[in-house]
Amino acid sequence: MATESKPRTLYEKIWDAHVVSQREDGTALLYIDRHLVHEVTSPQAFDGLRAAGRKVRRPDLTLAVPDHNLPTTARVDGAGHRLPIADPQSAEQLSALTRNTTEFGVEFIDELAPEQGIVHVIGPEQGFTLPGTTVVCGDSHTASHGALGALGFGIGTSEVEHVLATQTLLLKRSKSLEVRVDGPLGPGVTPKDVALAIVGALGAGGGAGYVAEYTGSVFREMSIEGRLTVCNMSIEAGARAGLVAPDDKTFAYLKDKPRAPKGADWDKAVAWWRTLATDPGAVYDKTIVIDATAIAPLVTWGTSPDDVVSITGIVPDPADLSDPARRAAAEKSLAYMGLTPGTRMQDVAVDRIFIGSCTNSRIEDLRAAAAIAQGRHVAANVKQAMVVPGSGLVKRQAEAEGLDRIFIEAGFEWREPGCSMCLAMNPDKVPAGERCASTSNRNFVGRQGPGSRTHLLSPAMAAAAAVTGHLTDVREFA
Amino acid sequence: MRPIDTIEGKAYPLGRPNIDTDIIIPAHWLKTVTREGLGKGAFETIRAEPGNVFDDPRYAGAPILIAGDNYGCGSSREHAAWAMADMGIRAVIAPGFSDIHAGNAFKNGILTVVLPQEQVDRLLEVAKEHPISIDLEHQTVTTPYQDRFRFEIDAFRKDCLLKGLDEIGITLELDAAIAAHEAKAHVETPWVEGAAKAA
Ligand code: SF4
Repeated sequence: MATESKPRTLYEKIWDAHVVSQREDGTALLYIDRHLVHEVTSPQAFDGLRAAGRKVRRPDLTLAVPDHNLPTTARVDGAGHRLPIADPQSAEQLSALTRNTTEFGVEFIDELAPEQGIVHVIGPEQGFTLPGTTVVCGDSHTASHGALGALGFGIGTSEVEHVLATQTLLLKRSKSLEVRVDGPLGPGVTPKDVALAIVGALGAGGGAGYVAEYTGSVFREMSIEGRLTVCNMSIEAGARAGLVAPDDKTFAYLKDKPRAPKGADWDKAVAWWRTLATDPGAVYDKTIVIDATAIAPLVTWGTSPDDVVSITGIVPDPADLSDPARRAAAEKSLAYMGLTPGTRMQDVAVDRIFIGSCTNSRIEDLRAAAAIAQGRHVAANVKQAMVVPGSGLVKRQAEAEGLDRIFIEAGFEWREPGCSMCLAMNPDKVPAGERCASTSNRNFVGRQGPGSRTHLLSPAMAAAAAVTGHLTDVREFA
Repeated sequence: MRPIDTIEGKAYPLGRPNIDTDIIIPAHWLKTVTREGLGKGAFETIRAEPGNVFDDPRYAGAPILIAGDNYGCGSSREHAAWAMADMGIRAVIAPGFSDIHAGNAFKNGILTVVLPQEQVDRLLEVAKEHPISIDLEHQTVTTPYQDRFRFEIDAFRKDCLLKGLDEIGITLELDAAIAAHEAKAHVETPWVEGAAKAA
């Protein structure tokens, strides 16, 4: 893809390099380089293959791992024997994944493997996700992988089967959206705050029909883990995928990862990856610009991820909204959240803390939370504060750094990796009416359990809320 | 997927409009691992009604369902099509369908036949006692009487259903192009291959 006369965006370059054939109506058959599989959206897809007598076309491009249903309590007893999973439906979905991957010859990271973790954490961590590749998974947060310059997006179960059988998808090209954030970030402002600021600025549906590319000095300076947090939440603004151009940071991150290229292949790959960045003069269909210096540490107040407000702000008054539909939605949202307009966000007391999910469960997230937790203690009104590392490798690294001790001594629970309280498909649930400060990505009605109330925030802010018992401006701990 | 040529047999004379996907398969059936077996949950709320057509022995195992307008409205859950296929339904006749559900039905080899309300009403009447026959090739629905109703269908979908090609089958017809892409990638980006296993 070296010389093309017309300047192209990163998205166009990846797209063009993967078109297998093009139909007259604009639908392309796109080649898929990476397929991540988990237990919830794959069983029927494997069944479909079986019924049609088909095989997995490229097991070497397919990687499976359980995450959504797994309990985050101990997985083996004192003698090292596997403990049973109480919920029979969860147990069945999990064993179906084991059976299917064995039968179809798909590489499987099982629940006891040291590298098991959330599918979007392990893809990059294993070096399975690479710049310039197309990455799919039956999960909307596949957008995360764009942090490495890969085109990652979520698909449905029929499409999972389609990719398993053909290693392709029928797709129409999206429009391109540039999200440019320039300028230094203020103290206490983390990649999560940048992500929330973008979702707030675009609105929950503002990115629909677009693939976003994050540009500007903020992303150039941001770590890969920070970029993963931002790209992860692209879908919360409606964009199917989010991208950051690969650079030296990307290459340094991937070097020597278990599944990344090695030796001569590595050098060849890096040379190719360097050609991917958007060409000067390439045109985006739309650009939005956000001033980094204006971003404060943020929290959500409602039941949509674009309901963001500065931690120093107040619960908004629906009466201030002129659009009657939006006003009604805000009123409903506040009633569900049990909040009164005008209340200072910092006066909102919390019952539970969840530090985890594919948004914020990597080592830098845990370090940031531990830095606040160190030498302090979870407040008396907080019923549970949970830290769930994104993968077994993150957990081990944190333990090597002594972060687990810091959390445990501060009164946090230190758990096994998985999706956990992000979507409450396993036993980790927020009880009805209780309020959770959560580092996850969705504050939907019932997302963390029926009747649960979620405030999205950064890992440092979650730790700060844990030790004070209410939403707190992390800058007070500086 | 099994090719469709003619579908002949008994038909459930359901008739009601606005059968949504929650009626076809309620949400609590979604935490499942197979497409099979969802037939047990299909039309659960209707089956709770005494004298419903689904539990009437006269229609047991019918391959055709005759419904009212706007069939399959509501959510996009593919489980609705899976549930119908699992209970042996191979065609639905109605005055109108939700786009998404019609697409899901097609992906699962279920023919959706759109006919005007009066013709659907006539079929509902006949189906109470007699079998119905759908001829996809000639695009007709006939009864043991003289009824012969012609229906329209998208040429691409018709072709797929006649040949028994699902979307995967269609894509596999492009196998040479896929293989050519793989051969090119093997030369240009060899590091992409073989990555599932750790080195
Ligand atoms: S952590 Fe949450 S958002 Fe991420 S994959 Fe799991 S359930 Fe989905």
